[in-house]
Amino acid sequence: MNENATFRSALRAAESLNYATQRSLMDRAALAPEFSASDISPVFKTNGSVTGNSANYLQHVADNFANWKLRIDGMVANPLDIGLDVLKAMPARSQITRHDCVEGWSAIASWRGTPLRLLLQQAQLSPRAKYIVFHCADSYGALPYYESIDLVDAFHPQTILAWGMNDTMLPVKYGAPVRLRVERQLGYKHAKYVMRIEATDDLTKVYGGKGGYWEDVGDYEWYAGI
Amino acid sequence: MKMDAEQDMKDSVRPRHAVFTRLWHGVNAVVLTILLMSGLMIFNAHPRLYWGAYGSREDTAWLEINDTRTTGFLQIGSARMETTGVLGLSLGGDERVRRVAFPGWATIPTDYSLAAARRWHFAFGWIFAVGLSLFMLVSLFNGHVRRDLHIPRAEWRFAAFWQDVKNHARLRFGGNHARTYNILQKFSYVGVIFVLLPLMIFSGIAMSPAMNAAWPWLLDIFAGRQSARSIHFLCSFMLVAFVVVHVLMVLLSGPVSGVRSMITGRLTSGKLNHRKGQKK
Repeated sequence: MNENATFRSALRAAESLNYATQRSLMDRAALAPEFSASDISPVFKTNGSVTGNSANYLQHVADNFANWKLRIDGMVANPLDIGLDVLKAMPARSQITRHDCVEGWSAIASWRGTPLRLLLQQAQLSPRAKYIVFHCADSYGALPYYESIDLVDAFHPQTILAWGMNDTMLPVKYGAPVRLRVERQLGYKHAKYVMRIEATDDLTKVYGGKGGYWEDVGDYEWYAGI
Repeated sequence: MKMDAEQDMKDSVRPRHAVFTRLWHGVNAVVLTILLMSGLMIFNAHPRLYWGAYGSREDTAWLEINDTRTTGFLQIGSARMETTGVLGLSLGGDERVRRVAFPGWATIPTDYSLAAARRWHFAFGWIFAVGLSLFMLVSLFNGHVRRDLHIPRAEWRFAAFWQDVKNHARLRFGGNHARTYNILQKFSYVGVIFVLLPLMIFSGIAMSPAMNAAWPWLLDIFAGRQSARSIHFLCSFMLVAFVVVHVLMVLLSGPVSGVRSMITGRLTSGKLNHRKGQKK
């Protein structure tokens, strides 16, 4: 039955049901639980890619990201290229949150970073945009990692581009120079090694069309709130 | 004999099991099997359990099912049991060794796929949660709870309870014509319907990061997401234990009439035929 396309699409309807239920019944601004410093995991498990692997990225690591710039483009009136120092000088948010892998494990860390909404406001996001896509410097084989979220999560106060972790600069194995924290969704949505942020109204035009690397390759749910 | 005739009269008015009870029972038999098997596959993605808010390979697990490449094992606390062939390390249908916690015959789908198992689990989880809610509502209004499951004050006596334990030990269950559930039966049904099944649903919901934001109190009740995951797992095996005992009891107390009553609502076929004036 698992191989039957009709049956699989019927099961997939439950994802839409979960997404619709959580978006309509939940407070859209509800905050993910935040923890105290004593709750932080002694060792935060590394998972997925432990480094970006493009030549460009490795050069940035060698330069300590001095010449790295975050590109924000797509459906925005004011495309931006923001260096790490400028990003760090912007208003930042700190939060101690739990990271939940789709596999079932959890780890807690403190994160510090720039609220995504500030960047989207500065870039003058088009009112027609529906999704924010994160293009990353890591890849599995030939396919680069990427992820996407809706605007409810993009403008959520806890959604940040983290450049700090546990009171240090974000280490390479956890996604330096910046990674996404989207605290009400599972780990694979928290894109590491973010190089470019693209606003769009249509995810089907991006790579495999399902809105993320694991969504395209592994048939995981695009909405990972459950 | 006279009593039987009176019961027959009552029986013709009200079936042994209401149609909704039977429908729910049938749907649940299928849905819970699917939830268990897809749940075991989800567990296979990270076959370790923890207490508290966090827990990963870097932390201490209270339960782990894993392999040493040559043997499979189940470890609870510091006690380790070799389970090669079933847990941790088993042979697939193609006779190839599979290093998975629960073997392919126990999981949906058979071959490792966390993504597919999640889709099955969440789709059938909806059916289960809606079904249980409806069953609770209907049972409250059609008298099932008050008439069949409610334990009257008179039965809340240790002597009555102990007598029922002794009856069970002697395999005396009131026979297959029992009109009412016995005390142990009521306790187990009430425990499953109003405690275990809701615990399954809420411990499951407590693992959703979005629901943690919406209902942070639920996370507090379970003392953290990893505790909720452990409780979800433990409750699922308590449910399996219930089903095993439940089926055993049906087999020991008259399987034919027991199964028939859950399908047709009637305890015996004769009365049904008489009433409908079909044959004999």
